[in-house]
Amino acid sequence: MTETTTLPNSFRTGPDERGHFGQFGGRYVAETLMPLILDLERHYRAAQADPAFKAEFDYLLKHYVGRPSPLWFAERLTDHLGGAKIYLKREDLNHTGAHKINNCIGQILLAKRMGKTKIIAETGAGQHGVATATVAALFGLPCTIFMGAVDVARQQPNVFRMKLLGAEVVAVESGAKTLKDAMNEALRHWVANVHDTFYIIGTVAGPHPYPELVRDFQSVIGDEAKAQILEAEGRLPDMLIAPVGGGSNAIGLFHPFLDDAEVEIVGVEAAGEGLDGKHAASLAGGRPGILHGNKTYLLQDEDGQITEAHSISAGLDYPGIGPEHSWLHDIGRVRYEPVTDAEALASFQKLTKLEGIIPALESAHAIAAAERIAPTLGKDKIIIVNCSGRGDKDIFTVAEALGVAL
Amino acid sequence: MTRFASAFSKGPVLVTFITGGDGDTAANLDALVAGGADVIELGMPFTDPMADGPAIQAANLRSLAKGTTTADLFAIAADFRSRHPDTPLVLMGYANPMTIRGAEWFAAECAKAGFDGVICVDIPSEEDAELGPALRAAGVDLIRLATPTTDAARLPDVLSGASGFLYYVSVAGITGQQQAAQASIEDAVARLKAATDLPVAVGFGVRTPEQAAAIARVADGVVVGSALIDIIAEHGDAAAPHVEAFTRTLADAIHGAKEIAA
Repeated sequence: MTETTTLPNSFRTGPDERGHFGQFGGRYVAETLMPLILDLERHYRAAQADPAFKAEFDYLLKHYVGRPSPLWFAERLTDHLGGAKIYLKREDLNHTGAHKINNCIGQILLAKRMGKTKIIAETGAGQHGVATATVAALFGLPCTIFMGAVDVARQQPNVFRMKLLGAEVVAVESGAKTLKDAMNEALRHWVANVHDTFYIIGTVAGPHPYPELVRDFQSVIGDEAKAQILEAEGRLPDMLIAPVGGGSNAIGLFHPFLDDAEVEIVGVEAAGEGLDGKHAASLAGGRPGILHGNKTYLLQDEDGQITEAHSISAGLDYPGIGPEHSWLHDIGRVRYEPVTDAEALASFQKLTKLEGIIPALESAHAIAAAERIAPTLGKDKIIIVNCSGRGDKDIFTVAEALGVAL
Repeated sequence: MTRFASAFSKGPVLVTFITGGDGDTAANLDALVAGGADVIELGMPFTDPMADGPAIQAANLRSLAKGTTTADLFAIAADFRSRHPDTPLVLMGYANPMTIRGAEWFAAECAKAGFDGVICVDIPSEEDAELGPALRAAGVDLIRLATPTTDAARLPDVLSGASGFLYYVSVAGITGQQQAAQASIEDAVARLKAATDLPVAVGFGVRTPEQAAAIARVADGVVVGSALIDIIAEHGDAAAPHVEAFTRTLADAIHGAKEIAA
């Protein structure tokens, strides 16, 4: 009997003790970082076993982040599409406007446990940077955010927010000057400052145990959604849909439902200008490789050189994806579908007009997939879509795409 | 006797690093040998060199911008091997370009091209299965890295499966930045040599003949990279004579250190 022909009894037991989800994940880091990664894992295991850690995490999520986030029945969108009932998990209503803060709260509590006195993070659109700067301010720790110079230029409001929150923002000039280069630079800084610095990684990627612990901190999304849909409908949903860049909001929603066989799960990748052109769909257009500490699907050429991703959504503009998603894709538990910039842009406007909710462009990708799928399902079916963030940050990008001068 | 064993048997050695495909690599490799380099590391360019400082990052991007492929790199190595049958040659780089066609393919190509060893920055001993078994089966040494953060508990794991020589990364950081204090290098080398019979070469932040000589008095080898890359960046395709002259100052300092020590 081989592993490849046998599905696991549970989809929720990963990763293994070495951080692997099937062939994906792992700890592909420089030797300098290995002892720290192992130390982080020891502290995380201790935190998991400590009721006081969970109590403090829960307290902050409730009273600081504003959880639980609502599960909103999008009735007008549902009527408009004429098919399955659509519920939105309102992560956009969290403090700082997206799901990112859930993970930052968890990681800064870990940093505190480990006695680290400085915080660093990478950011693309700036949402994770803002969330990290926010928790660093709350805990009074100095914070440095690495952000590609191109992203600094196109996300000025978030850069200013981070600075207001007391963070130093380093504009990364290496490589293509976007998210992957920001992550390279954060890793370079970390390797030189391992003794006192905690790296708050923003998504379910990086070396083990990051993909696991970020998932665990984000699983509050799915845990809440499950309880909320049972209360509203008395049963589990037929489908979950979430956008996937690195994939932290998606895994947070999906993970508590992975063993519920009746729940179909759909992740939405950014297809940019289309899969034949520039895009950020690592599963649809990439293949397995090693980058940023883990093995996962990557956009790359035949020599293993990483290629540039493109999406109208800066938060999805990354040439990789979390290793657990790669595994869920390969074993078929989650289906991943591409949505283009144009489709996301249309859904951004549609949700805004029909529900009075301006979604993040990331979330608009999931809405677009729901628009495609809902009409094909009966009215007795239920879909939960993760509205992972609010779209205020994106209004300049959207205005430009629509040819509107602000 | 392997090329490594032969090179290290002569006393402290100069290990030089340049990035493949950056500048006139064939001429620069010849210049390194002519200048007295004992072991040569050829960098495999990668889009995302996470462990490297600005100098080697830029060298990677210059090489890739010229269109350097993996096939080009193996061709450079094979040509070098035909001109220099005795100089140990190491391929140094990152996991993704090394493993993308499969570890067995990579190991076989390394052996065919005449590489004696491989250094992979982002495959620690925990992930040895990714590359180690294939290299060992192909008779190519896997050169492991030890760092200031490698504690006594980890060291046996790092040494397990290591061969050729041990590369001590003397600074917790990236290439080409600050240099380590001599005392910390001496302590670390003594600790490593107590744990292994492999020769120990020390690198990261070594830029001058004086530093190189000081390290050569306690270590089996000294690695210099970014300082050479800077010369190639400055002189482009005409760098070879400058590379050779600088290499000679390093080699004289290191080989002279042996005589003082003896």
